[in-house]
Amino acid sequence: MKQFLSFVRKEFYHVFRDSKTLLMLFGIPIVLIVLFGFAVTNEIKNAKIVVCDYAKDPASQEIVHKLSVSETFHLDKTLLSYSQMEEAFKKENIKLAIIFPANFYKDLLHLNKAQVQIIADGSDPNTANTLTNYAISVIMEYQQKLMQDNNIPYSIAPEIRMLYNPELKGAINFVPGIMALVLLLVCVLMTAVSIVREKEAGTMEVLLVSPFSPFMVIISKAIPYLVLSLINLAVILILSVTLLGMPINGSVWLLVAESTLFIICALSLGLLISNVTQSQQTAMLLAVMGMMLPTMLFTGFMFPLENMPKALQIFSNIVPSKWYYIIVKSIMIKGLGFSAIWKETLILFGATCFFLVVSLRSFKIRLS
Amino acid sequence: MESWKLKMENDQKYSQLSTIHSQFSIKMVTVNNIVKAYNKGEVKAVNDVSFEVSKGELFGLIGADGAGKTSIFRILTTLLLPDSGTASVNGFDVVKDYKTIRKNVGYMPGKFSLYQDLSVEENLNFFATVFNTTVAENYDLVKDIYVQLEPFKTRRAGKLSGGMKQKLALCCALIHRPTVLFLDEPTTGVDVVSRKEFWEMLKSLKQQGITILVSTPYMDEATLCEHIALIQNGSIMSIDTPYNIIKKFPDTLFAVRADNMGRLQNALRNNPQIKSCFSFGDFHHVTMENGKLRMENLVTSLKNDGFNDLEIKEITPTIEDCFMNLMDNK
Amino acid sequence: MENEKKIGNGKLKVENGENTFSIFNSQLSTVIKADKLTKRFGDFIAANEVTFEVYAGEIFGFLGANGAGKTTAMKMLCGLSTPSSGNATTAGFDVYRQTEQIKKHIGYMSQKFSLYEDLTVIENIQFFGGIYGLSDKHLKEKSNELIETLGLKNEAKKLVASLPLGWKQKLAFSVAVLHEPKIVFLDEPTGGVDPVTRRQFWDLIYQAADRGITIFVTTHYMDEAEYCNRISIMVDGVIEALDTPANLKQQYSATSMDEVFYKLARGAKRSE
Repeated sequence: MKQFLSFVRKEFYHVFRDSKTLLMLFGIPIVLIVLFGFAVTNEIKNAKIVVCDYAKDPASQEIVHKLSVSETFHLDKTLLSYSQMEEAFKKENIKLAIIFPANFYKDLLHLNKAQVQIIADGSDPNTANTLTNYAISVIMEYQQKLMQDNNIPYSIAPEIRMLYNPELKGAINFVPGIMALVLLLVCVLMTAVSIVREKEAGTMEVLLVSPFSPFMVIISKAIPYLVLSLINLAVILILSVTLLGMPINGSVWLLVAESTLFIICALSLGLLISNVTQSQQTAMLLAVMGMMLPTMLFTGFMFPLENMPKALQIFSNIVPSKWYYIIVKSIMIKGLGFSAIWKETLILFGATCFFLVVSLRSFKIRLS
Repeated sequence: MESWKLKMENDQKYSQLSTIHSQFSIKMVTVNNIVKAYNKGEVKAVNDVSFEVSKGELFGLIGADGAGKTSIFRILTTLLLPDSGTASVNGFDVVKDYKTIRKNVGYMPGKFSLYQDLSVEENLNFFATVFNTTVAENYDLVKDIYVQLEPFKTRRAGKLSGGMKQKLALCCALIHRPTVLFLDEPTTGVDVVSRKEFWEMLKSLKQQGITILVSTPYMDEATLCEHIALIQNGSIMSIDTPYNIIKKFPDTLFAVRADNMGRLQNALRNNPQIKSCFSFGDFHHVTMENGKLRMENLVTSLKNDGFNDLEIKEITPTIEDCFMNLMDNK
Repeated sequence: MENEKKIGNGKLKVENGENTFSIFNSQLSTVIKADKLTKRFGDFIAANEVTFEVYAGEIFGFLGANGAGKTTAMKMLCGLSTPSSGNATTAGFDVYRQTEQIKKHIGYMSQKFSLYEDLTVIENIQFFGGIYGLSDKHLKEKSNELIETLGLKNEAKKLVASLPLGWKQKLAFSVAVLHEPKIVFLDEPTGGVDPVTRRQFWDLIYQAADRGITIFVTTHYMDEAEYCNRISIMVDGVIEALDTPANLKQQYSATSMDEVFYKLARGAKRSE
């Protein structure tokens, strides 16, 4: 045990004395989150919107009025037809369009239920998201007022459509993605590099010719990176809650537990890489090409998976980060519990076991 | 010259003693017909090598880079598996009992292999704990070496000088009081002064009963070992005490010099009666075809060739002479 | 009676059977001239007012203990490192301002790096010839000639990595002088090489010197120091001794260079 502790302490020395790497480790997630945070929280004023009012009744007009007096929106014009609206999106710098169907007020009064369509320019997802939410809140405010006045449960159902970027990738998708990326970076890349560095320096030779079990070498290498990853995880979560206003709707502890599972999976991948490589460069290349790139491509946080060819969609299933990404989204955003994500957890657990066994088996107790 | 003769006599006595000694002593390392090839058998790094090292002996593997020294050391320290043949260290098989061997031997690889970003003290403490011991427990063994490092104990190993690094590496390899110490080219690239110091350290370690196997490309270090194996291209060419190896040199060796050394070398090499001619510092070392040429004849013929200030003397071969002679015969 | 070897415009005179290098000819051409060349790293003086000259065509041994400042001095002379103070010229070019010209007129070979292991023998020759601007035709002739003299005909298409160390070093040296530089810097060229190949390597050095290429060499083998026309011994950043091997032995009443070196370097305070 004393040996083990001494080894772990040594690993921490390595980490803390390599100031550049340390800076990178904690810098990257912070920079990513902060950059993104600013992009999102930019207050939007006087965004150009258009209204296409087929109804022209008291209800639609009141909502249009409410929208036009707000500081957020600048009502550019009221259009007559759908085709004119499309033209406006293309030619003028229109951010949002609201369409009232012909029988808006009538439906609301008689069916207690009416629809309104909101179309936003999704090419700038953050702005589109903010504007849509604001427009909805204006409509909801009207609905509330109507209900209070008449004591009848009226409901207006806004139908939202995003032009150009139907998936609307935003912070909500971005944060779980960053989490997967950063954890991979720390665990796979750093672990692999730190083990291969010992091979390169020749210290692995000396360690192998010692009573210290080779498996313990690996385990004690993994511990500091497990700790670092958890710290990184905390930093990301705190930043995204405070700076980006991300919710953690589900259990934090469940999130931490699932993340630990993912970290162990990544650590065993890092170990696997270090077993098959002899130089730090190769290890780095393999970690980036083999782990980071698939994470960016196949988790769905940067590029929508639905649009990919079927083969790639099937392939994405073997990327562990994809499952972690789904788990994080489910816990943080949807606020779901374990019962909803047990399948993904099981897959992740299976992958972890697989990689752990393969990497421990491929670990060489001799030089080759 | 007198002191040299005296040394030879001493060596001779020692050599006889050590031959007797080695017959009865405990074998710490035995190597039997070890073969190790790389690249799917294309390159034979170690080719049917056998030798024995007795307890408390200082044994040298002498050969150039790529001769197979490192492979032999790695096989003995259980880092490599031999393709065929057997070897044991302290009675334990290098393949089956690798765990036991790893507990009991000290190993210093050819490349400086300490943590450059840890301090002198941290390195030593770390290796002590890895070997399940403490610095205090075996301090007496490393004391003489460590006192020289003490003033720099908080300095990072990467910032140490070459000689200091080497001393620290030796301390770390010794800290668990190994029964056998393997030093792979500890003096390569090190200057003459540091090399002398290092060999002094080895001598005092030997006195503490540690069996030491050391490899080196420097032939002049061979005489500092009790037994040496001259190795080239994976095979041992000769194995004995340095004295016996020198005694086995087949020819009479002459040192020749004259005013123009370059021309002298050409003249000697072109002389059909000269068997070999190698330059050695300010002399050329020459052997002659058996019985065909006498020293006097050589002097006459060289004088006729127009060489001045000729100096020819019969000399005792060095290990390097023996090494080159053995290489020639291959 | 041949008792004088011509070195550049000067002469190596042979006195009492010993090689004694002396300059009678004031026109003796200098290829390296260092005048109070100094390099400081913070308050550490790696090379301290190093002053010496190397003459055209001579074999100059540059010795010193580990960390005496050899590498630092050599880097400054090759134009790889700017001196802190002092002056120096290599092949007639200033080490401060004309580093590009210096690099064109010197060859360099070190024990650590000299050839690409993953290129074949012929590819290495062509690459290095190419970067020194040798014409294709010239290069082809040169490389055939080189492969012939080194006896590498069967190995020409093999990767350098598969050659024994001694052959690599001989090849590396030949490549370093392929463009017939005025001077070639050799940093421990024979480290770890077997004794026979080591001597063959020196044969190559002599051949190059005969062609008029100046040799500037560092080594840890003291017998090799004897093969140099003149040697300098650096201790703690300062050149402590500079003369022919014979004169040095006499001066320090030593029988071998080993002894001279030991006497000088033993008192060294720093070792890197």
